[in-house]
Amino acid sequence: MNRQSPLRRLFRYRNALLGGAIILTLVTMVTCAPWVAPYDPLEADLTRALRPPGGEFLLGTDEQGRDLFSRLVWGGRLSLLAGVSAIGLALVLGTATGALSAYFGGWLDLLVMRVMDIMLAFPSILLAIAITAILGPGLGNAILAVAVVNIPYFARLVRASVLSIKEQEYVLAAEALGAGHLRILAGHVLPNALAPLIVQATLGLGWALLDIAGLSFLGLGARPPDPEWGSMLSRAQAYIQVAPWVVTFPGLAIMVAVLGFNLLGDGLRDALDPRLRR
Amino acid sequence: MRSYLVKRLLLTFPTVFGILVLVFVLMRIIPGDPARLMAGERATPEQVAAIREQMGLNDPYWVQFARFMGEMARGDFGESFFSKRPVMEELMARYPATVELTLFAMIIATVAGVLAGVMAAVYRGSILDHGVMALALVGVSMPIFWLGLQLIILFSVKLGWLPAGGRVDPRLGWQGSTGFVIFETLLRGEWAVFWDAVRRLLLPGVALATIPLSVIARVTRSAMLEVLGQDYIRTARAKGLSERVVIFRHTLRNALLPVITVVGLQVGSLLGGAVLTETVFSWPGIGRYIVQSIEARDYPVVQGGVVLIALAFVVVNLIVDLLYTAIDPRIRYS
Repeated sequence: MNRQSPLRRLFRYRNALLGGAIILTLVTMVTCAPWVAPYDPLEADLTRALRPPGGEFLLGTDEQGRDLFSRLVWGGRLSLLAGVSAIGLALVLGTATGALSAYFGGWLDLLVMRVMDIMLAFPSILLAIAITAILGPGLGNAILAVAVVNIPYFARLVRASVLSIKEQEYVLAAEALGAGHLRILAGHVLPNALAPLIVQATLGLGWALLDIAGLSFLGLGARPPDPEWGSMLSRAQAYIQVAPWVVTFPGLAIMVAVLGFNLLGDGLRDALDPRLRR
Repeated sequence: MRSYLVKRLLLTFPTVFGILVLVFVLMRIIPGDPARLMAGERATPEQVAAIREQMGLNDPYWVQFARFMGEMARGDFGESFFSKRPVMEELMARYPATVELTLFAMIIATVAGVLAGVMAAVYRGSILDHGVMALALVGVSMPIFWLGLQLIILFSVKLGWLPAGGRVDPRLGWQGSTGFVIFETLLRGEWAVFWDAVRRLLLPGVALATIPLSVIARVTRSAMLEVLGQDYIRTARAKGLSERVVIFRHTLRNALLPVITVVGLQVGSLLGGAVLTETVFSWPGIGRYIVQSIEARDYPVVQGGVVLIALAFVVVNLIVDLLYTAIDPRIRYS
C-alpha cells in the first residue's frame, strides 16, 4: 500500500493550495490591520465622500468619506472572526451532541436526531433569520444563530463516525480495561472521527461567512458604523447609481474569502479521505 | 409501492409537528411582551393587561400550545400587529410573487445546470470542463444579494436594458385576479404586461438561480462521469449508437437520480435565498415581507411566514422522494 503523508497528498492538489494561500493572505492582512490599513476605518470626512478608486484612496471612499480599503481590512477582521466563532461554536456543540447521542443510543439518540432533522427542514438562512429576529439584531446574535443552524451538520457527521467506531476492537479493549465513558469518547472515539469534521468545518466556514453577511445585509447582524463586509454592502446599496465601487468591493472580499474556504475544504476532503476521491 | 407512498406521507407528520413545536418555542422566548407590542406605545397598563388576557398569554403553556396547534391546523396565523388584517391573507397576497420567482429560478438552474454538467462530463479534462467547474465554484462562493446588486449595476444602471426592481410597471395599471402575473397575462394574451413582467423577472431570477445552478452542474458532472464508465455504455457505443443517443438516452437517464435529489435539496436554498433576492430587487414576495415585518416587530407575520416557507420545503421534499420511484424502477421500497 502506498502510504503518503496527508500533507504530501495535499500538496498534489493545486486548488487546495490556492485556497490555503487565499485564507493565509486574508488572515495575515486582517491580523495586521493596524499596519495594513492606511486610514482609520471610522474616520469620516464628508469633503472626500464617494471618491472613485485609484489615486489617494486605493479602492475609493464611501458615502462618509471613509477609506474603503481600510474599512475592508478592518471589516475582514470582524467578518472572519464572526465566521470562525460561529463554526467553532457549532463544531463544539454539534460534536458533543452527536457523540453523546451515538454513544449512549436509545431514546436519547432518537430524540436528538429527530430534533436535528427538524432543524434541517428549514432553509438554513431562514432559520438563522428567525432566530436573529427573536434574539434581536446584533453581530453576537447573528453568530449565535448561524452556529445553531450549523449544529445538525456536525452532529450527524459525528454520530455516524461514532456509531461505526464504537464497535471497533480498540474501543472494546479500552472499555474492558475500565476506561470511563468520557475518556473513551474523548480519547479513542473522537480522534478517529476527526478527518470528516475538519472538512465540514472548512466548508462550513464558507457558508457561515455568506450567512452572516446575509444577516448583516438585512440589518440583523453587525450595526453601523462597525465595518463588516455584509453591513457595508447594506449601507452602500443606496449609492448604487453614483458609486458602484462602494457596492462592489465588500462583496468581492466576501467572495474571495468564501472561495478560499471552499477550495481548501474540497482539497482537504480529497486529501484526508482518499475513498471520496474520484 | 403503495405502502411506500403511505409510509412516506405519514412520515411528514412528525416533521411538520416538530416544525410547529420549534416555532412555538422560538416565539415564546422573544424578549419583551407581545401584548405590549400589540397594544402599541401609548397603551395604559390596563389595556395591555386586557390584551394579554384576550391573547391567552395568562394561560399555562400547554393550553397555549394546544390552541396554537389548533390555529395552525385551521391555517389561522393570527392578525398582523401592523395592518390588523389576518396574517394568512397578507401572506397569500404575496405568495404568488415568491412562487413565480422561485419557480423561474429553479427552471433556469435545472436546465442550465444539467446542460453545463453534461457538457463538462462529456468533454472531461478540456478547457470547457475546467471553465464550467471554475464558474460553478465561484457561483457557490458568491453572496447572492451582492450578485443581484452587480446585475443591477450592469444591466439597469450602465446598460439600461432591464428594470432594477418591482414586479410589474405600475403605469401599466394591471389588476390581476390571481396574483400570478406571468401565468395570468400569458393565458389572457396581455402581452404588454407579460413582457414587462418577464423583463423584471430576469435579473432576480438569474441571481437566485446561481447557487442551485452551480451545485446542480457539479453533481450532474460527477454522476455522468460515473455512468459513462459503466459497461453498458461501452456496449451502447459498440453497437454503433450515435453519441447523442448514448449521452442523452443512456447516460443522462441513469445519472438523473442524484441530480433530482440535489434539485430537491436546492429548493431550500432557493426559498432562503428568496428572502435576500426579494429585498435587493424590491420584489413584493413573502421573503421581503418577512424582513419588513422583522423590522416592524410584527411577530405574527414573521411566525406565519416562517411556517409557510418551512412547510413548502417539506412538501417539495416529499414530491422529490415520490419522484424517485417514478424515475428509477430499480428502487423498490418495501
